[in-house]
Amino acid sequence: MDSQSNAAIRTAEALVDTSAKPSGTEATPDACVSAELSPPEEKSQVQSRTPVMIWFRTSGPRYLVRIMALVAAVLLWELASDNGFSFYVNFENIPAPSVVGAALGAELAGQEFYLHILHSLERVAIAYVMAVVLGVVIGVAMGRSRWAEDIILPYIELLRPIPAVAWIPLAILMLPTEQSSIVFITFLGALFPVILNTVHGVEQTNGLLVRAARSLGASRTAILWHVVLPGAMPSIVAGLAIGMGVAWFSLLAGEIISGQYGIGYYTWNSYTLIQYPQIIIGMLTIGGLGTLCTLLVRKGCSPLLKWQARGGRS
Amino acid sequence: MNETLMNDNRLAVLDHSRTRAKSGKPGAERGRISVRDVDIVFDTANGPHVAVKNANLAVRPGEFICLLGPSGCGKSTLMNSIAGFVPPSSGEVTIDGEAVTEPGPDRGMVFQQHSLFPWKTVKENVAFGPLMAGVGQNEANSVARTFLSLVGLAAFENAYPNTLSGGMQQRVGIARALANYPSVLLMDEPFGALDAQTRVMMQENLLDIWREFRNTVVFVTHDIDEAVFLSDRIVVMSASPGRIIADIDVKLPRPREQSLLTSPEFMALKRQCLDLIRQETLNAFQQQNKAG
Repeated sequence: MDSQSNAAIRTAEALVDTSAKPSGTEATPDACVSAELSPPEEKSQVQSRTPVMIWFRTSGPRYLVRIMALVAAVLLWELASDNGFSFYVNFENIPAPSVVGAALGAELAGQEFYLHILHSLERVAIAYVMAVVLGVVIGVAMGRSRWAEDIILPYIELLRPIPAVAWIPLAILMLPTEQSSIVFITFLGALFPVILNTVHGVEQTNGLLVRAARSLGASRTAILWHVVLPGAMPSIVAGLAIGMGVAWFSLLAGEIISGQYGIGYYTWNSYTLIQYPQIIIGMLTIGGLGTLCTLLVRKGCSPLLKWQARGGRS
Repeated sequence: MNETLMNDNRLAVLDHSRTRAKSGKPGAERGRISVRDVDIVFDTANGPHVAVKNANLAVRPGEFICLLGPSGCGKSTLMNSIAGFVPPSSGEVTIDGEAVTEPGPDRGMVFQQHSLFPWKTVKENVAFGPLMAGVGQNEANSVARTFLSLVGLAAFENAYPNTLSGGMQQRVGIARALANYPSVLLMDEPFGALDAQTRVMMQENLLDIWREFRNTVVFVTHDIDEAVFLSDRIVVMSASPGRIIADIDVKLPRPREQSLLTSPEFMALKRQCLDLIRQETLNAFQQQNKAG
């Protein structure tokens, strides 16, 4: 959803850009001079307004459609629950959105619900930061050194397909506290996408740019910092966003273990207590928090990628 | 266009260039290239491939030479060995008496295209060399601004490369290579990807800049007009294995302008090159036919 809207904005900017800038600037000496005499600052005013207007014309209606699609689903759900729809798929025991909404109102009025969310956020934050730091470091090492790749890759290939739930027994056996077990499982979930995307990005380093940097006197460290990492950044950022999503559904598996708090624990506990509205609240909260965090990661990383936007200027 | 380039910044650059010259020598005395008995052989799946055979070349400081030859004749390979990217299999390459072992900022490179760092702004691209040389951020920025005005792109210092036309990107590339005050400028078909009109403009532009700097230029091209128009000397290479087959002095007056392209002297040089290249291309065809 987010990437599509970005793409729409980008196309809009590209449209503005081609119209504002004299194209084929150097076809004639006159055109060249005029391009040099009109600095980009003059155009930026025009540019900063028009994309917004174009967005309303092109993307605005699409967002309306998306919202309508969600509203329609909720309405259908309400109808199906109220009328006890049962044709293969059974809605008789499913609480209607209105019931879930009422239960949510009650939860929001209390304190417990926020504690669940806070505990989950804390676990995701710790696990995610560890996964990002370790994942990028391991990924860069693998991308740059054949030795590192040959040593580490077998582990990754072997461990990656194991679902988070399957780690529960080992995590409990090996780690001292419940908290550390849950964080470990969440961390594992986020780690692999970060590593693999970093490796992919680093391995795609443009050899011509490395040569250019070397001829300008750059050391190996400088090449890593100024050429390899920025070049890998689009891929790394994609890995960070995927990693955040995986972290949230691994967290749910981890919180099945145990604990007193956590939104996964809340969902699982509601199931054992047969509190149907709470189950749905838990599910939607996880979905919402996962989406929100992924969005934050993408937004947070976008300054690193602003050079990709055509017409982007600092 | 040329007039817009003429500004005070240029003088500042030159003063700077002189003070930066190694060991107090005047700038024009640096950049003597010597290529002695160089063979360059690559190992390929089909056995060794001789890219350059027995190359000998001496370039005087401040000389503008073109390496001219058909595609795949090893002219870029020879230049890359001067740049330090490709070690000679035998023989020796020296700059000012020092053997070339790796790339370095004393030899500025301008590539064919897409060699700017896309994640750096135009100014950051040009400031990169000075930063690597260890000058502070502020000085690097001011050097970058100076060189950007030299190539007429001062107004675009905060633009990202992907927003510029191909010709503008190449001008940034030239500014970036010059910002290190190199004694030698190595240019690998820098205008090859540009349209004809832009290319002609860029050639005049380059000569303007070079007239002020007077550093040694090695310019690789397969365009005969370009070679004759730009250079003091044309070194013609033959295809597989790449050998130097002719060394032609271009004694056309400078500064050179487009009107030169239709002069009899220009035509004569052009014909000389054409004949050489044509003969080489024919030989190459015959070799292929015999082999096939």
